[in-house]
Amino acid sequence: MSTWEVVIGLETHAQLNTKSKIFSGSSIAFGAEPNTQANVVDIALPGVLPVLNKEAVQCAIRFGLAVNAEIASRSVFARKNYFYPDLPKGYQISQYELPVVGKGALTIQVGDSEKTINITRAHLEEDAGKSVHGASPGQSGIDLNRAGTPLLEIVTEPDMRSAAEAVAYARKLHELVQWINICDGNMQEGSFRCDVNVSVRRKGDEKLGTRREIKNLNSFRFMQQAIEYETRWQIETLEDGGKIEQATVLFNPDTGETRAMRSKEEANDYRYFPDPDLLPVAISAEDIDAIRVTLPELPSAMKVRFEREYGLSAYDAAALTASRGIADYFTAALVAFGGEAKLVANWVMGNVSAKLNEESREIADAPVSPELLAGLLKRIADNTVSSKIAKDVFEAMWSGEGDADAIIERKGLKQVTDTGAIEAIVDEVLAANAAMVAEFRAGKDKAFNALVGQAMKASKGKANPAQVNEILKRKLAG
Amino acid sequence: MSLNTNDVKRIAHLARLAVSEEEAEATLVKLSGILGLIEEMQAVDTTGIAPMSHSQDVTQRLREDKVTESNQRELLQSIAPAVENGLYLVPQVIE
Amino acid sequence: MINHSLKHLAGMLAGKEISSVELTQEYLNRIARFNPEINAYITVDPELSLAQARAADQRLANGDAGPLTGIPIAQKDIFCAKGWKTTCGSKMLETFIAPYDAGVIERFNAAGAVSLGKTNMDEFAMGSSNETSYYGKVQNPWDRTRVPGGSSGGSAAAVAARLCAAATGTDTGGSIRQPASLCGLSGLKPTYGLASRYGMIAFASSLDQAGPMAHSCEDMALMMNVMTGFDERDSTSLQREKEDYTRDLGKPLAGLRVGLPKEYFAEGLDTGVAKVVEAAVEEYRKLGAEIVEVSLPNTMLSIPVYYVLAPAEASSNLSRYDGVRFGHRAAEYDDLMDMYCKSRAEGFGAEVKRRILIGTYVLSAGYYDAYYLKAQQIRRLIAEDFARAFEQCDLILGPTAPSTAFKAGEKADDPVSMYLQDIYTIAVNLAGLPGMSIPAGFATVADGTALPVGLQVIGNYFDEARMLNAGHAYQQVTDWHTRMPEGIA
Repeated sequence: MSTWEVVIGLETHAQLNTKSKIFSGSSIAFGAEPNTQANVVDIALPGVLPVLNKEAVQCAIRFGLAVNAEIASRSVFARKNYFYPDLPKGYQISQYELPVVGKGALTIQVGDSEKTINITRAHLEEDAGKSVHGASPGQSGIDLNRAGTPLLEIVTEPDMRSAAEAVAYARKLHELVQWINICDGNMQEGSFRCDVNVSVRRKGDEKLGTRREIKNLNSFRFMQQAIEYETRWQIETLEDGGKIEQATVLFNPDTGETRAMRSKEEANDYRYFPDPDLLPVAISAEDIDAIRVTLPELPSAMKVRFEREYGLSAYDAAALTASRGIADYFTAALVAFGGEAKLVANWVMGNVSAKLNEESREIADAPVSPELLAGLLKRIADNTVSSKIAKDVFEAMWSGEGDADAIIERKGLKQVTDTGAIEAIVDEVLAANAAMVAEFRAGKDKAFNALVGQAMKASKGKANPAQVNEILKRKLAG
Repeated sequence: MSLNTNDVKRIAHLARLAVSEEEAEATLVKLSGILGLIEEMQAVDTTGIAPMSHSQDVTQRLREDKVTESNQRELLQSIAPAVENGLYLVPQVIE
Repeated sequence: MINHSLKHLAGMLAGKEISSVELTQEYLNRIARFNPEINAYITVDPELSLAQARAADQRLANGDAGPLTGIPIAQKDIFCAKGWKTTCGSKMLETFIAPYDAGVIERFNAAGAVSLGKTNMDEFAMGSSNETSYYGKVQNPWDRTRVPGGSSGGSAAAVAARLCAAATGTDTGGSIRQPASLCGLSGLKPTYGLASRYGMIAFASSLDQAGPMAHSCEDMALMMNVMTGFDERDSTSLQREKEDYTRDLGKPLAGLRVGLPKEYFAEGLDTGVAKVVEAAVEEYRKLGAEIVEVSLPNTMLSIPVYYVLAPAEASSNLSRYDGVRFGHRAAEYDDLMDMYCKSRAEGFGAEVKRRILIGTYVLSAGYYDAYYLKAQQIRRLIAEDFARAFEQCDLILGPTAPSTAFKAGEKADDPVSMYLQDIYTIAVNLAGLPGMSIPAGFATVADGTALPVGLQVIGNYFDEARMLNAGHAYQQVTDWHTRMPEGIA
């Protein structure tokens, strides 16, 4: 196994955040009744013609800028010819020789190291419709609502060397397209779909092996499983003396296996040629600049800024810029709090993330808003509550019990900082735990922590731990 | 470039046109004549000449992203060969 | 009445000498009488036509009429017209009732013109004789045993036989000009991009262009005023200021530089046709034009280039006819593949299938560069020929077709000889230039029949007004365009 190397490239279809289709004025809203969003152009009646949606082009340019790619000053649409019932014209309008977006790159984080994945190109194209099976026995039903939905197909170089890298790239890309607001990233609805090209070769070989393409992966977990299975299968096939045939395969999540598609398109002769119904798309430097100024700060730049401005570690900065949602949440909480960034970072990456994971929620839906969180952080910073009590307050806020101050007040969680009161508690604890005191005096430092614990317990957690420490130390020394 | 009947059948399949053996034979004769005509192009040196896709040197006009269409399913499916529950029906699609 | 100009008819309608309903009925009566033999129309729907005529009369009564309001015209069956059967000459669309209007149809409707029906045509506009129509041959009114030309043969026969006041056609490689020449009428293919292609069923998208077919250049100018103009639904439609194509009519031709391409008068041109064209050139000299010789050296290459590009685009354009959403579906089939192959084999005729096969072949893997790309490169050379010629002249004159109308069946089985019919017209489409054919006389053929001959006028981009004036000036001093075939009175 160790003598083999897997080589992976991705083709991702991101559905663009437009209102209307790429070549017609039909809606692209998800979930409509079949064929109610398919007009004369979408169903390819005789005589109809395509007219390009401006927003789709702008989305492509936004993406190009976000991956630092070349934007073509002149790009061309081509027809990809093949017959399929969900393809009304008998050809897909796509881009072939001159895509809008040329070479770019995306940096991913795998474990502790960074790796740059080169993007070959990104081109605009139209989506096909859907085949619905089991309409009637032996029949398929065709719904063309999705036909003509704008897609950006993002193609990488075969730069990835493990399923983990491929998934890291896909996740990073998934976050990026949402970050720059060109795609809603909804994988269940098919807004973000990946085709993965997998091949294997002996380590040290220059030549790429024959690849098989795993089609339409719509979850990262399936992607991981599919690539791992496919890699094993290819290696075993080769080790058994077999040959890999170029093929398109589907992943079956139930069996965890991939299998070649039955409908082999004969040698895929797509007969690409420039679409005579569309003219070359001109994109000027001014067009690009106008779009550039509307782009939000990109995650890579934001990460660097978080490190520099807030003194956060590279790890923290990466985690806080992993998604637009997290970054926005962090930034809003920090602004409302006005204190130390590290404390905000710890809470966002710690308690907030943990709760979100536990409840499978998106950060935008967190019951504790950045402002609510900031309210709690203020009370930690001014010693009103200890970190430990703060966790209880956070839980209460999460359950919708109000803001931090109200909860602290109502539940009487305010930290005890009155020296007299703490001294009284410490005295009680010392009196009740003579054995521990003796152990401490005999040189067992651990006994000190046990005494602190007893004192905190006696105060129901409300005593200021620093003060307890100090007073205890003084009394034991005395 | 000379064609044979197998080429004709292969192209016909690519174009989704059923052809019988006799039709393939007859088509071969006619296609060969037309391809002979086309071959005259090969005598021309076109090195360095930019291909011409459109007669006017104009660029694509872009449409504002607006939904302008409403549901016309009933009208559009009134001319369809086979529909059921709003879906166009075709023989089973096998993946 | 049937020989009046559009302007004259408009005057009669405006002066209440006749109503649009009466005029329409007159043409419907003629269609009922002559169309069963001539077969110029595929679809006639008197109720739809008369309803339009009544609406036009209302507009005339309201003083809301334009130059074509109430005028009965014929539409080539390539234009989708809402509620009309729109077949494109094919069995594939035998049951297709268009659910929307083409841009050109909308413009005629808005102008208040009356549609008499949909005219016969070569299937999907692929042909030069109208013999590829699924709906039967069309007779040439000048000799019923001969073809009217194609692909707009039905429109040409309808105008020639006075079965409409004027008609629309489309021209991909000569489909307006060649039938106009063969039927003795005037036909104009505008600069590519002037008339909307939206709703005009595509043959070869980068070449197709709609235009008028009528008796005179003056009639065509009025038709052009209605049928051209920007359409945002067609990406190749040009955004230009609206022109009045009648504006130059009547201007003197003195000083007009007319170019004669020597390649258009070389081998292959029928001597009878050559004589007529030369006489017409002489007429232009008399009108004050300066005649210069020009050269279009790549003329012969236009045929191979066209027979790569047009079939390539067509093979793709015709992929939508798959029996799924509209059009013909085979009655019996085993599976999806079988349904596709049978529906398409049954729905398309032999010539359409041939062109789909040629187009599929030249685009298929390994051949693209040798055929499609090469053809596009030579296309540029052809366009550059014209650019150079127009440095020396304002208009180019020559024959429209190499011969007069041929006998039905004569070339039907020989595609290559049929394709050569378009030798003088195709290059104009490849370059995207405007081209026009006007009646220039008659040539007597071997059997003693005198048949119409067309003079082709080619202009530079957007020079239609100048072309129409040049034609109009000629039609002021000749009467070829007013001649009427026998047996249709």
